[in-house]
Order: sequence, then structure tokens, then C-alpha cells
Amino acid sequence: MRPETLRDGTVDVAVVGAGPAGLAAAAVALLGGLTVALVDAGQELGGQFWRRPPEGSAVDPGDDLHHDLATYRSLAGTVRSAARDGRCRLLPGHHVWTAVAPPATAPGERPQGPLPLHLLDRSSGPGRERTLRLDARHVVLATGAYDRPLPFPGWDLPGVYTAGGLQALLKGGGVRAGSRVVVGGTGPFLLPVATGLAARGASVVVCEANDPRRWACGAGAALGLPGKLVEGAGYAAALVRHRVPVLLRHAVTAAHGTDRVEAVTISRLDASGGIVPGSDRRVEADAVGTGWGFVPQLDLAVTLGADLVASWDGNRVVRVDEWQRTSVPGLSAAGEVCGVGGAQLAVREGQLAAEGVLRDLGRPSVTGERGLARVRGAVARHRRFAAAMAHAHPVPEGWTAWVDDATTVCRCEEVCAGQVRRAVADGAVGVRQVKQLTRAGMGWCQGRMCAPAVAGLAGPGEGEVAERLVATPVPLGALARGNGSPPHTLSRPAPEEKV
Amino acid sequence: MRVVVVGAGIVGASCALAAARAGCEVVVLDRGQVGAGTTSRGEGNVLVSDKEPGPELDLALVSRTVWGRWAEELGADALEFEPKGGVVVATAAEALTPLGELVAGQEAAGVVAHAAGPDDLRGLEPHLAPDLPGGYHYPQDAQVQPVLAAATILAAAVRLGARHRPATEVVGARRSTDGALQAVLCADGSEVAADAVVNAAGTWGGQVGERLGAPVPVLPRKGYVLVTQPVPALVHHKVYSADYVANVAASTEGLETSCVVESTRGGTILIGASRERVGFDPAMEPSTVALLAAQAVRLFPVLERVQLMRVYRGFRPYCPDHLPVVGPDPRVPGVLHACGHEGAGVGLAPATGELVAAHLTGADPVATLGIDPRPFLPDRLLTGAGDATRTEDLT
Ligand SMILES: Cc1cc2nc3c(=O)[nH]c(=O)nc-3n(C[C@H](O)[C@H](O)[C@H](O)COP(=O)(O)OP(=O)(O)OC[C@H]3O[C@@H](n4cnc5c(N)ncnc54)[C@H](O)[C@@H]3O)c2cc1C
Ligand SMILES: Cc1cc2nc3c(=O)[nH]c(=O)nc-3n(C[C@H](O)[C@H](O)[C@H](O)COP(=O)(O)OP(=O)(O)OC[C@H]3O[C@@H](n4cnc5c(N)ncnc54)[C@H](O)[C@@H]3O)c2cc1C
Repeated sequence: MRPETLRDGTVDVAVVGAGPAGLAAAAVALLGGLTVALVDAGQELGGQFWRRPPEGSAVDPGDDLHHDLATYRSLAGTVRSAARDGRCRLLPGHHVWTAVAPPATAPGERPQGPLPLHLLDRSSGPGRERTLRLDARHVVLATGAYDRPLPFPGWDLPGVYTAGGLQALLKGGGVRAGSRVVVGGTGPFLLPVATGLAARGASVVVCEANDPRRWACGAGAALGLPGKLVEGAGYAAALVRHRVPVLLRHAVTAAHGTDRVEAVTISRLDASGGIVPGSDRRVEADAVGTGWGFVPQLDLAVTLGADLVASWDGNRVVRVDEWQRTSVPGLSAAGEVCGVGGAQLAVREGQLAAEGVLRDLGRPSVTGERGLARVRGAVARHRRFAAAMAHAHPVPEGWTAWVDDATTVCRCEEVCAGQVRRAVADGAVGVRQVKQLTRAGMGWCQGRMCAPAVAGLAGPGEGEVAERLVATPVPLGALARGNGSPPHTLSRPAPEEKV
Repeated sequence: MRVVVVGAGIVGASCALAAARAGCEVVVLDRGQVGAGTTSRGEGNVLVSDKEPGPELDLALVSRTVWGRWAEELGADALEFEPKGGVVVATAAEALTPLGELVAGQEAAGVVAHAAGPDDLRGLEPHLAPDLPGGYHYPQDAQVQPVLAAATILAAAVRLGARHRPATEVVGARRSTDGALQAVLCADGSEVAADAVVNAAGTWGGQVGERLGAPVPVLPRKGYVLVTQPVPALVHHKVYSADYVANVAASTEGLETSCVVESTRGGTILIGASRERVGFDPAMEPSTVALLAAQAVRLFPVLERVQLMRVYRGFRPYCPDHLPVVGPDPRVPGVLHACGHEGAGVGLAPATGELVAAHLTGADPVATLGIDPRPFLPDRLLTGAGDATRTEDLT
């Protein structure tokens, strides 16, 4: 079948997010002969897992920090070559700021006409943003996840990051955030962060709040996953090689310093996550990163009205069928938005999402029957593994006791734990009501940073996931220039647009 | 007298406080949390400037006075009450004449307004576009934070003995054979004994009225509010273009926008609000958002670089004649309505509460409040007969 080139603005598939899931979805859709637009807020392909310095920059690409770069190169290669042929629009530096589901016809029916995505083009720099509309017959949401931070006294000092933030600095900018780094929280993700920093010469301590001997409970699920085990063994070896101590059942419970972090308190935790009395220890540090797992980035999924379900780790995630199709006709989802399970799972879900679109369009499969069976087998194993990991790395129940009333919970609006607790004592229930009564979560990050903490202090409320109709800040001027009329539709790829 | 208030929005909370002060035994039921309905979706403008002379303006003027009194009694901070005043500007010279005529009528009704030429405008709002021909300053316009205010007002009622049961949906009423109200029925199977029930269910007032055997026509009117990043004080009053005045009274279908720009305590700027009669369609409409943004930038060019952070939308409750329905239902004994306040429920809530309390206790609202209750009575809207025999769960 002769693939069409992009003539007008409507593409067969728009993929939002160029991480492992989105890259795989785009590549498979292209191999299947469809036209694709691949949109990412960032400047580079690869998402979080394959985050790399900008092409052509002087920064060391840090290949040694990465896993499975062969997959990345093959997927990115497919996408880039299709971009040269004009079958793929690469739209880096474009953020989908909102999206509109077509009005519901009959349940399950295909929508009339394409799904419009509303883009903010930031690629020309501040003050020159413009809004665009991208029409697509199918949309694959692969918007990933972000770190779940929890507050502790001193967490608002400069030098305190999320674990993912430390990793992004290192992978994306070659920047080592400190020379004495404490990495805390829970979950297997702390290990690559620690080994990466150690490989760049930092002295690193890891505080894992749980006891990985609990991994044994779910170890059966890991069988048949050589990749994961090899990766895990690699980390174990690297931890030993770089002399990174891993303190089990320990947490960073305070950060100290005047202008920036100078030291942290590390405490031993009891079985329910409370601090063992007398176990506090002060450790000097010039950078700290904490991470308590990930929160799926659901802003667009919720705006588009996709049904959500509870995931293995307690997160709400997008509900998908065996082809990664959501409850909204024409909308699929893949990767961490469907459940946090790592890059290898994300790649396979992306592949399935594209296969589902091909199938819906009556096109032949790229992966083939037997290939698809293998992919499904791998997806099932990765999900079991992820569930076992989540089971072994819960957020300790007792964490709220580390947070004194003076601790800032919402950094944007400067709301402290005491104010949240008072609102709860006055009868407030859930994140939304606490927000309206205290302003926690009303600021710049729109609660992406503090909502988990507020939920811990106030209870989550009625199974709610915050509705954020605006997925990223948009300058009023950029909206105004569209002047209420539909924003410009994308036309032919401009020659200067490349990744 | 045992009174059940259905709805813990700004209107239900105000009814509860006024009724508790009048000596009633009050129970407030809401299927959700306090203020979580339309009260959490609007802006909290307490305006007299946007109303044409008539019953709504009269109610608004009384309500503005009661807001001021409640702010003294309950604490301005606990309501985030800010008597900051409004500025209405004409965006074209032709608009000045009709605006002047409107103002003359408002002044006759008791509104205070000062004409502002281009220089006065700059003094009031230094960042306004320099080419605006003029407008009016309305010192009575004020602002509250609606959810905070609803919570504070309800808490004051609770201190007077009222009970508040969140997460309790009302599904019907039980009556004796002679039609007298006995109890309000809840979805969890419980009932609350009552001599009177106040339908303060806002946009869902039609449905609750139906469940109580007293249907009233209350319809949804969709609107968006834009919220920007926090910025240093750029906007000092509630500023809006005179086009808004025309929109408020319009009854054509379809989209109307004209923006109101104001800053909040948190430093964010609110830009509201569009009006659309599209039922309960929750879909996001980016072109409406863009239109509001364009109008705001037209008034304040400095907003060009300011970032939109959040958009929220809600459904205003409105009656076909755009007046709220407040007072006893003539068909069904014991049922009173207090809903349908459209885009002014926050502003009108305290006077509505006082008016409901007067109806409950048999006081004369003309004498005690200076409000003529007749334009708001349900009678004007009723076509079909009510049904005082309905006693079952009507879900
Ligand atoms: C900061 C951070 C660092 C991480 N580092 C590692 C690591 O080193 N090793 C590891 O094993 N796992 C890491 N993870 C976990 C990682 O997210 C997953 O394993 C994997 O990257 C998930 O793939 P994905 O395709 O689902 O999402 P992602 O890789 O997160 O990709 C999602 C992409 O969507 C884009 N996006 C989101 N919303 C929009 C929008 N509205 N418009 C346009 N684009 C949008 C984002 O810019 C992003 O590039 C990290 C996670 C985070 C949050
Ligand atoms: C975009 C927008 C901007 C606005 N701006 C302003 C403004 O600036 N100034 C102003 O004055 N007004 C404004 N409004 C209007 C104002 O928000 C409403 O008029 C007001 O909030 C209505 O309050 P209420 O208490 O009647 O309704 P609500 O706040 O909706 O309360 C009704 C309550 O009834 C409950 N309920 C419903 N059914 C049941 C049941 N069966 N059983 C139990 N409980 C039930 C609901 O849960 C809800 O909490 C705006 C509205 C919108 C949408």
C-alpha cells in the first residue's frame, strides 16, 4: 500500500508523548503505512527513560547511563526517516494544552470526524508561543508519569529535588546535582538514580523506606523476565562497585540548611513507617532527591472523558482494552498513563496501541499473529512484575507523622501542613475541598506536586482525580492571537522543523 | 419549626444561617460537601453594577448590605470579603451613551456610580488599555471567596444549633394523608423529620423540586472562568467591558462572552465568564477560552504575557425569566424554593437567606428587609399542578 504524505492537517494518528510508549506507537503506525504526528513538550525524542541532551550539544550523551538504547535507536530511526519522507510530523517543543472529545453519539460508536488536539508551540521561545490545532483520526495518549514527592521539613530548600529530577538533570543535561547526595523514598527507581550519580563521581547514600526482602513475596512474578533481572543485577553490581550504601527501612525525614541544603536527618522506620525513637542521624549532603513512586499524567485523558480504573499500585489510570483502546472512541493510551510499569512495558503497550489502530482501519498487522502473542505475553509478565514491585514498595502509612505543622505542603501557595490539618479538623474532606479552603494546589503546579501529600493528610475524597482542562500554562496573548477563531490548522511540515 | 435545607451551596448555607437565627431547628443536607456544587465553579462577584433596574437589582442592593454585615459578624477574612469596587468600561465611544442611560436608572434604584473619563480610568486602573473612551466606577461592588464563604456561613449556623449532614442525597418527602409535610427522605433510607423543606439545590433545583412533588423550571447555563498564574497587583477592581451588561439580560441562545477581569488574594487573575445554553455538556471549548483571553488582553494589554493556568466551568442555574425562585410553593404545603440565581447566586445569597427566613416565620419582608417578595414567588413559573400526594422515592 502506498503511504500517503501529509497534505492537509488531518493525520491518521496523533501520538502525544515521545517516550518509550509514544515512540513505539508512532513507529509501528508508520511501519503500518499510516500518517503520524508525534507531539512532545520536550525538545528531544525519548521521554523520561531515554532522556538525552539536545542533539548536537556539547554535553556527553551519557550512553552508559542508559538501558536498551538499541530499541531507542531503532524506534527513533523509523520515526526520523518517516519525518524525512513527509509521512510523520515531528512536533517537539509542542505541548498539547487541551483536547476536546467529540460529542457522544451512540456508546462505542466512532466519533463523527477527527479528534482535535490543541497545541501550544513553544519552539520559538518565550513571547513567541502560538496556538495550533492538530486534527487526527486516532489519538494515542502516551503522556507518561511524574514523580510523587512527599513533603518533609526542609524539602523546600534549594538542593532538594525529586529523584526523577536528579535523574533528568543527569541524563538530559549531564549535570550532577551534588557531590554528596542522599536519595530517599521507595521503589526500584531509586537505584538507577543512585548508580548514575555514583558513576559521575558523587558519593551517594540510598534510603529505601521498605525492606526489599518483601520482594521475595512477589518474586515469582519476576520469573521469565530476564531483562529486568539483568538490569537489577547490573544495579546491584554498580551499587557495590561505587560503594553506594543502601539503608533499608530508612527515610530522609528532614533537610537542614540556611540558603541551601547542607545536611539531612535520616531516620529508621518501624513496621508502620513511624520513626524509631532515637534513630535519627545527621548526614551531610549538598543534594537530596526523594521519590515515592510515580503518578500517571492524566490531564488530557480526564479532559477527554476517558474512563479510569484503579491500578496495581493504587493509582488511578486510564482503562484500556486488549488493544489499548480507551472508553472514548478513537482514543487509545499506552505506557505509564495505563499503569506504572517501566519502559519495557511502555514500549509494548505502545506497539499494541498502534496495532489496534491498524486493526480498526482494516490494515494488516506489522507485528504479525505470533509476534502479537509474544508481545501480549511480555505485557502480562511486566504487569505482574510491576504489581509485585508496587506491593513491595508501598508508601509507608506513618509518613504523615514526619511532617510537623510548620512544614510547607503546597510550595506554590505556601500552605503548611497545619493549615491542611485545621481544614480537615473543620470537616473538609478530600483534596478538592482542602484546596478550596486553604489554596493548597491552586498555584503554579496545579497540585501536581502537593496533591499526593494533601491526599495523605486529608484523605483522597470521592475517588477523585483532579480535572485539569489546561494541561500546561498558556500565555493569554497566544490564545488571544487565535482571537476565538479556530487556531491555524497544521499544514505541510515546515522544512526547519526537525528533531 | 423544623426546617430541612436541601443543598449546602452558598444559597443553602445562607438560608440555614438566617433560619437558625430566626429560631428554626435546621438540618442541612447535601449529596456532596459544602460548596462543592456550582458555588465552587463561579467567581464570587457581589455585583450591583451589572444589573438593570428591577427586582433583581433591588434584591442585590439589600444583599450587598447583608454581605457587609455578615463580614463584620463572621470576619471579612473568613469570607475573603473584599469591598474593592467595580469599574465598567466602554470599549467603544458608541457604548458610552447606552451605558450612561443604564447608570441613570441604577442610580435611581440606589446604586452609587461615578463617571470616569479616560484619565480617571488610568487613575483607577493604571494598566487599562490607553484607548478606552471612559466608563463608571461602582464602589459598592465587592467580592467573596464562595466556597470559603459557604463553609464559614454554614459553620455559623451550626454554632447556633443547626445540623449539617454532607454526603446525603434527598430523594423525596413523606406526608400525612392531609398533605402535611412530615419528613424528608434520603437515598440511604434515612429520613429527617421536617415541618418545612427549602429547595436550595441550585442547578439541580428542578430535580429536587420534582422529588419533593413541586417541580420548578431550573435550567443549566454553562460558563468558563480562566485563572492565570499569580502576578503582582495589576488589577485593582473588578473590571469589565460594558458589553457584559447587554449579555446578562439577553435571552438568545448560544454563546455570549464578555469578560470580567479581577485579581484574587492569591495574586491570580480571574477572567470570566462565558454564558452558553448547552445543557450539561461538559466538553472543553478552546475557542470560548480564546475569546475570553482576547477580551481580557483588549482591556489589559499587560496580560498578553501572563499565563493561563487553569480553566474551570460550571453550570449556572437559571429560570426562564432570569429571576431566582424564592418562596413557598403554592401547590405543596411545606416546600419553599430558593434556587435559580443564575450568575448572581453568590451576590444574592444573603438576601435570599433572609427572605426565606421571613417566609418561614411569617415575618413581613417589606417591613423587616425592604424586599418585595412577590417577583420571586414560584407562582409565576408554574404551569402544571404540583403533587402533594407523592411520597415515594422518586429517583
Ligand atoms: C523525571 C523522571 C525520570 C525518570 N527516569 C527514569 C530512568 O532513568 N529509568 C527508568 O527506568 N525509569 C525512569 N522513569 C520512569 C519512566 O517514566 C518510565 O519508565 C518510562 O519512561 C515511561 O514511558 P512512557 O512512554 O509511558 O512515558 P514518558 O517517558 O514519561 O514519556 C511521556 C512523554 O509525554 C510528554 N508529554 C506529557 N504530556 C504532554 C502533553 N500534554 N503534550 C505534549 N507532550 C506531553 C512528556 O514530555 C514525555 O516526554 C522516570 C520518570 C520520571 C518522571
Ligand atoms: C462560570 C460561573 C461564574 C459565576 N460567577 C458568579 C459571580 O461572579 N457572582 C455570583 O454571584 N454568582 C456567580 N455565578 C453563579 C453562582 O455560582 C451560582 O448562582 C451559585 O453558586 C448558586 O448557588 P447555590 O447554592 O444555589 O447552588 P450550588 O452551589 O450548586 O448548591 C446546590 C447544592 O445542592 C446539592 N444537591 C443537588 N441535588 C441534591 C439532592 N438531591 N440532595 C442533596 N443535595 C443536593 C448539590 O450537591 C449542591 O451542593 C457563576 C457561575 C458560573 C458557572
